Amino acid sequence: METEPLTITDSLVIDGVQLNSRLIMGTGGAPSLEGLGAALHASGTELTTVAMRRHSVTTAGSLFDLLVDRSIRVLPNTAGCFTAREAVLTAQLAREALETDWIKLEVIADEHTLLPDAVELLDATEQLVARGFKVFAYTNDDPVLALRLEHLGAVAVMPLGAPIGTGLGILNPHNIELIVSRAGVPVVLDAGIGTASDAALAMELGCDAVLLATAVTRAQNPALMGEAFKHAVIAGRLASQAGRIPKRELALASSTMNGRPDL
Amino acid sequence: MNERVVNRTVDVAVIGGGIIGLGIAWAVAHSGRTVVVIDPDPAGGATYAAAGMLAAVSELHYQEEVLLELMLASSALYPAFIESLGPEHHLTGYQRTHTMTVGADSADRQALADLRGVQLANGLAVDPLTIRAARVLEPLLSPHVSGAFMVEQDHQVDPRRLAERIQLALATLAKSRRWGHDALIRVNAMGLLHDDSADASSRVTGVALADGGTVSAAEVVVANGLAAAMLNGLPERLTMPLRPVYGDILRLRVPAHLRPLLTCTLRGLVHGVPVYLVPRSDGTVVIGATQREDGSTAVSAGGVYQLLRDAQVLLPAVRELELIEVTARARPGTPDNAPLLGRVSRTGRETPGSDIPGLIIATGFFRHGVLLTPVAAHYCLQLIEGSADQRWERFRPHRFSATRPSASVSLQGVVSS
Repeated sequence: METEPLTITDSLVIDGVQLNSRLIMGTGGAPSLEGLGAALHASGTELTTVAMRRHSVTTAGSLFDLLVDRSIRVLPNTAGCFTAREAVLTAQLAREALETDWIKLEVIADEHTLLPDAVELLDATEQLVARGFKVFAYTNDDPVLALRLEHLGAVAVMPLGAPIGTGLGILNPHNIELIVSRAGVPVVLDAGIGTASDAALAMELGCDAVLLATAVTRAQNPALMGEAFKHAVIAGRLASQAGRIPKRELALASSTMNGRPDL
Repeated sequence: MNERVVNRTVDVAVIGGGIIGLGIAWAVAHSGRTVVVIDPDPAGGATYAAAGMLAAVSELHYQEEVLLELMLASSALYPAFIESLGPEHHLTGYQRTHTMTVGADSADRQALADLRGVQLANGLAVDPLTIRAARVLEPLLSPHVSGAFMVEQDHQVDPRRLAERIQLALATLAKSRRWGHDALIRVNAMGLLHDDSADASSRVTGVALADGGTVSAAEVVVANGLAAAMLNGLPERLTMPLRPVYGDILRLRVPAHLRPLLTCTLRGLVHGVPVYLVPRSDGTVVIGATQREDGSTAVSAGGVYQLLRDAQVLLPAVRELELIEVTARARPGTPDNAPLLGRVSRTGRETPGSDIPGLIIATGFFRHGVLLTPVAAHYCLQLIEGSADQRWERFRPHRFSATRPSASVSLQGVVSS
């Protein structure tokens, strides 16, 4: 029986926007603009997040021009903000400069862990939703907090696998699964990804997408790693839809002895 | 017409008096030609900020081996370039001191060790040191660093003093050879003059100045960094994708009781963030540098904080220094981090003999302007003399101008090889 390949019909929809790739890329840490362009292309991403505090929208030949040239949608983010106030101001700057209501909300507690500050994050989400923003909330892998963010009006929740830039992978898969199982909005695994198998695991756990930057931009060959992640995300998504077998203690022959001639 | 307007004629006009423009002008003048440098504020841009590390080896980045070849060639040309400046060349601050690279934590050490693999594969010498050995060489180094390497090939120069020596040498030459004009015109260049003023792809014959004057020249070198793309009369098919990459950099004085703070340049990775300390013979030290694309020309408080925070992780005595200067300048960045260097094709395509006569571009040197000055100067002189090193054709300035090719890398080749 022939069926359509799943990937063609299985696009992700966030706030009415259809994304055919479930890999969202960050841009920080790239050694050159050309190298970043090649990596984004190889990754197949259609949505890329940019730190508004680190990149000038008006500079010609900048990162933004590269994204426009490649028809990659921009998800501005509030990286580098430590208070709800800074995050709201940065989001407003992004909305004026880029004419988008989308904002990836990062409110960081301290520069050593770069972990989200849950209290400021909730405050900022509330304020931004009230101002009409579509909030993609970068959060701890806390199932309670993730649900609170959704209830406050976030259009997507983005739990971390591990702290930003660590490459430690998904440290608490159980929590990620729990977040997914209760979420009514897309769940994007964000931060901590080290290599392709981490992204595949995120998708197998039921995440709707994966967001990563460092794992690609600081790889020795970013374009090759971007391509690896493209395949990993597709593979993980397909596996999550295919219905995996239960884990067993003892072996089970893939072909049983029933019906074989007894010679 | 303004009575002060002057029209001059020279062999070579160089637009831009940063270290690259000055270096090219000096090589041209040294070869017996007459030259003027056009710049309202020579050596006031990135040259003013630059630390002057001549670090071909420790500046190597993954997938930038092409640039490495240019950097190594320039490094090799440095001693002769410096000596050509005459008996007082030592005043340039050129020192053949070494560079030590250190990692603050074990991931930083691993990152440096991984990079060393590529450095060794390229035939470069990077020697691992024990922390104890590193601290014998540099006793003020923090005992808590996790790894150290020695790069004997990476030296330093003082870019401000080098630019000053070149300007003096040019002025001396202009006088002794009776050029009848100064080597420097302190005014903005407005654009290129052409043989056929209606055709920006015709022979370039000189430079129009902001004061209404002109310079007629057999060759014009465009070396004014980020402003290059704003000149009038550039060939239509030439797009130069230059963008400002700002950097914050600090200068500090070492109190007498702590001297010498360092005897070699110290470069480190501190929790993934690079920082360097360059000790000068005058008892100051340069700490740099951030990389910002936020469009802000001002010094960033966060940038200064980051540099001091990371520098004192490697060298705790940084806390005892006197902070005497904070500076921010823009580096002219290109998409592939390599310069736009060479002649320009009239057609936008690589057709032999199609270059626009009289025009040479030398900009986009990004982080490497000071290091690449001798090779840029040497190569531009070769282009003028008509016998250029073909290895550097890969840096031709119109490589980003043609209809944009698909940027896909040939991954299949990479995977199967």
